[in-house]
Amino acid sequence: MALLKVDHVTHYFGGLCAVSDFNLLLKPHELLGIIGPNGAGKTTVFNIITGVYRPTEGSIYFNDIEIKDKTPDRITAMGIARTFQNIRLFNELTVLDNIAIAQYAKAAYSPVEALLHIGRYRREEQRIMERSQELLALFKLDGLAFEQSKNLPYGLQRRLEIVRALAAEPRVLLLDEPAAGMNPKEVDELMTFIGWIRKEFNLTIILIEHQMRLVMGICERLVVLDFGATIADGAPHEVQGNERVLTAYLGEKLKV
Amino acid sequence: MRGGLWLSETGGILRTWLLTKAWLLPLLLILGFAFSFAIPYYGLLDPYVQLILMYIGINIILALSLNLVNGYMGEFSVGHAGFMSIGAYISSILTVKVFSASSAAWLFPVAVIAGGAGAALLGLLVAIPSFRTRGDYLAIVTLAFNMIVKSVLENIDAVGGARGFLGMSKLTTLPLVFCWTVLSVWLIRNFIYSNYGRGVLAIREDEIAGELMSVNTRQVKLLAFTISSFFAGVAGGLFAHVLQFINPRMFDIVKSTDMLIMVYLGGIGSIGGSILGATIYTFLLEILRPLGIWRMVIMPLTLVLLMIFRPRGIMGLREFAWFLPKTARTNRLAQLRKEGEEWRS
Repeated sequence: MALLKVDHVTHYFGGLCAVSDFNLLLKPHELLGIIGPNGAGKTTVFNIITGVYRPTEGSIYFNDIEIKDKTPDRITAMGIARTFQNIRLFNELTVLDNIAIAQYAKAAYSPVEALLHIGRYRREEQRIMERSQELLALFKLDGLAFEQSKNLPYGLQRRLEIVRALAAEPRVLLLDEPAAGMNPKEVDELMTFIGWIRKEFNLTIILIEHQMRLVMGICERLVVLDFGATIADGAPHEVQGNERVLTAYLGEKLKV
Repeated sequence: MRGGLWLSETGGILRTWLLTKAWLLPLLLILGFAFSFAIPYYGLLDPYVQLILMYIGINIILALSLNLVNGYMGEFSVGHAGFMSIGAYISSILTVKVFSASSAAWLFPVAVIAGGAGAALLGLLVAIPSFRTRGDYLAIVTLAFNMIVKSVLENIDAVGGARGFLGMSKLTTLPLVFCWTVLSVWLIRNFIYSNYGRGVLAIREDEIAGELMSVNTRQVKLLAFTISSFFAGVAGGLFAHVLQFINPRMFDIVKSTDMLIMVYLGGIGSIGGSILGATIYTFLLEILRPLGIWRMVIMPLTLVLLMIFRPRGIMGLREFAWFLPKTARTNRLAQLRKEGEEWRS
């Protein structure tokens, strides 16, 4: 059974077709990569799945529930969390608050309890803070809990973004170019890291990436997009030799 | 450089001391309450000074209510005087026309709460355009709201129209203002340091990212606007019963601008900042009164200078340790101690 099913999704920006007839069946525990040239519509696919855009046509099912019309916060609360291509942390807030915000939907107390600091407030806040500290310790960020997130070095900001997404307790994690700006050694570390969180948090992962080293290294299946259309879908070694993929990346062969 | 080092270290020690002595705050509050009774009872201060103290209290509530929306949530409301006028009118109508003269005094808190509730209801309406519009556009929506409220009030003859509404007794007293101010600060502080408060901050920092991190931004905006307008209404009710006369022109864009000045002077996203901002602004206006029209040159000039040298206001995004709830206080203390060790090593 598919955990996530994207069914004939098409999305237009004005007259421009950003994604055309996109289909995806994601099995539990799969690690899927989406690759393609710049502007192929990869991030748009993420934005459609997470509810930022409502697709022009088609439907999306998560656990057999239609999520196309749900708001991003509902979708995240249901179990799809993501990171961003350009880091989007809550800059002025502390590392701890960044993590706590992602647990918004998990806190069970009413506005009245919040205003008066009574009832479930104390217990729930304590639980959220403990959980946040636990996560930070697990990812070796606990020494920086009260630092403003904008002051963290780039690599740690990337890591914090992933931890923040994990704080929402997702079943599906969407990573948008996690290796952007990393050198080969860091990419190797990231590969181990992704493998580890996948097992530790029992995740199904979709990642968008340009670095072939990462994509070929850990993805079990690849979907290749070009101009919004799927041009290949299969195991990394199959996709590697695909004629259309080579054309999309390198251009057509010169006819002599 | 050494001087700077010494300063920041003493600052750290002072802050640590204040943090560990947080029980002083309730003590100060009890003292303040006692004084707010004693001052009018024994005539310790000139009635004019007492009046200013009451305005300070009311302005603190106003500044904090606006800070919740503009400072913490990062939206831009420029029509908060509209909410204030609703509170002022509803509570005045209640004390003058509905309650009997003998019961008006002890039913006054009910009238103030009713005024706040009326304003909160309108706050809900203003929250709806904020779902879609932000920044400049929301500013225009709230500006329009302010104008609409004023014009509507000017055209209702039952409340005096443009001539205004009078007949209230002087029900707002110094101890009452003190209690309302403390209560408002406490409630807004609690809201900010809660799950919903974190949602408010997430909207300011990055609304889309907040939504994608499971923050129900619609719910948070509705709550923040409702709470903010409630307290603006409360301040309006208190204000009307100090002045004993209100007219729609008192609550126009100029009044809204006053509130903006208090918030940005004191500092966005800070309770301590709003208290400071409201206090300093109210005092300055009175102290500069002898200067006559020059007052309106000096005040804006101060603001321009402030924006150049301290664009986030006096306290921008920082908080007095005493206003933090217990867990946040312990965290702050741990951090200060850590920083202190780093300084020494």
